[in-house]
Amino acid sequence: MAEQSENLRHTPLYDLNVQLGGRMVPFAGYAMPVQFPDGIIKEHNHARDAAGLFDVSHMGQAILEGSNGHDPAVALETLLANDIQALAPGRTRYSQLLNEQGGIMDDLMVTRRADGPGLFLVVNAACKDADLAHIEKRLDGKASLTRIEDRALLALQGPAAAAVLARFAPDCGALVFLEQRAMEVAGVPCLVGRLGYTGEDGYEISVPEAEAEGLARRLLGEPEVKPIGLGARDSLRLEAGYCLYGHDIDTTTTPVEADLAWSISKRRRQEGGFPGDKIILQQFADGPQRKRIGLQPEGRSPIREGTPLADSSGQEVGIVTSGGFSPSCQGPVAMGYLPPALATPGTEVSAIVRGKAVPCRVVTLPFVPSRTVSTKK
Amino acid sequence: MSSIKFSEDHEWVVVEGDIGKVGITNYAQEQLGDVVHVELPEVGRSLSKGDEAAVIDSVKAASEVYAPVDGEITEINESLADDFSKVNSDPQGDGWFFKIKMSDASQLDGLMDQAAYDDFIAGL
Repeated sequence: MAEQSENLRHTPLYDLNVQLGGRMVPFAGYAMPVQFPDGIIKEHNHARDAAGLFDVSHMGQAILEGSNGHDPAVALETLLANDIQALAPGRTRYSQLLNEQGGIMDDLMVTRRADGPGLFLVVNAACKDADLAHIEKRLDGKASLTRIEDRALLALQGPAAAAVLARFAPDCGALVFLEQRAMEVAGVPCLVGRLGYTGEDGYEISVPEAEAEGLARRLLGEPEVKPIGLGARDSLRLEAGYCLYGHDIDTTTTPVEADLAWSISKRRRQEGGFPGDKIILQQFADGPQRKRIGLQPEGRSPIREGTPLADSSGQEVGIVTSGGFSPSCQGPVAMGYLPPALATPGTEVSAIVRGKAVPCRVVTLPFVPSRTVSTKK
Repeated sequence: MSSIKFSEDHEWVVVEGDIGKVGITNYAQEQLGDVVHVELPEVGRSLSKGDEAAVIDSVKAASEVYAPVDGEITEINESLADDFSKVNSDPQGDGWFFKIKMSDASQLDGLMDQAAYDDFIAGL
């Protein structure tokens, strides 16, 4: 292993994860459970059928407030192409920090706080130091960033998540998809957002560190809830067609190439004013050189990240960026990049696996339809 | 007279005469997690010790299985195709991979016996 276990950071749920039989592995500098004794497939299916509890405390939480009379939403919009000004209090948006080439430095969730001034940010664990340094440096004088180091982050995901959480937080059912409010969960003051990265209905709960294990135990005490590791988190997000930073998106891919153009509003497309705007607006006008696509490989063998993709003449034209076995589809699924001419669903390409051509079909993402809740009940 | 030997790559070989039956150890299947696919060698293929003989796909990753000895593949476990999870549930029984006709039985001396393998994994 590249990372020595003694140098790994622990989340507030580390002891609980170990006690639950989690197989701990190095991930983004943290010791995280890749799976529990049930194994990835059972955990995956449990999150699709009932509810799974994920420790996502390794992710970075921060609050961005305006300085010297500046609006933090206006300031943050200079670092990304998403519409932050349009966010109503308590609403969350999936966004991407951009570099000067329009490449993605990280993807993040941005919420306009309903319980205080400014914006609440959640960034990827592996990128958090770089992201927060970048934001601080670039917004110096316009906004100030406060890292939240004393809160854990739990994700409760699955069709039973709302019913389970309602036993501890009766108001959670009033939240719609991508809405966040401060509320007590089992008497603990938390920040609860109706979102996640599995394609299922569910919540992310930011909870004070000292209360995190107790709350996790309460949730795990419910019959519908089981702990889920990073392995199933990855297969769930892949089925949902969501990008994994550092794999499906990175500093060399733009939001347009990554098929994330939906997250960029008309206003921002018209106004520009974000890093790499010339390149990204050009891609909006002319189309990108390559596009992220879903792939259905023939046969049973999963196609992994880094596998080259070839066209019908055997010419290498693309690459797989995420791939694995889909428990819900009972077979292999993958995502990757292809030229636009080959990015149409139904197109046949080949994945070159250990020198052999495996036929694959381009398919529409997601592999499993999203079951997030977008309307008030 | 049969005996079981283990490689440092966590393959086991049960030897009967000049035929070695090969699979992966219980330790290996635990490390891999849920096995979803196994690509087995073709019958008749000649392999040298250390050659890639099979590929195991778990949910997480693909892993190679190496030939623990030189020889020719005489049989593969066709029944795995019906249920790859046999590799998890019975790795040293129904979850076997292939049989190989050994060309140099002295190579077995370089493999570990049960006690040595148990010590080996205890130190990992």
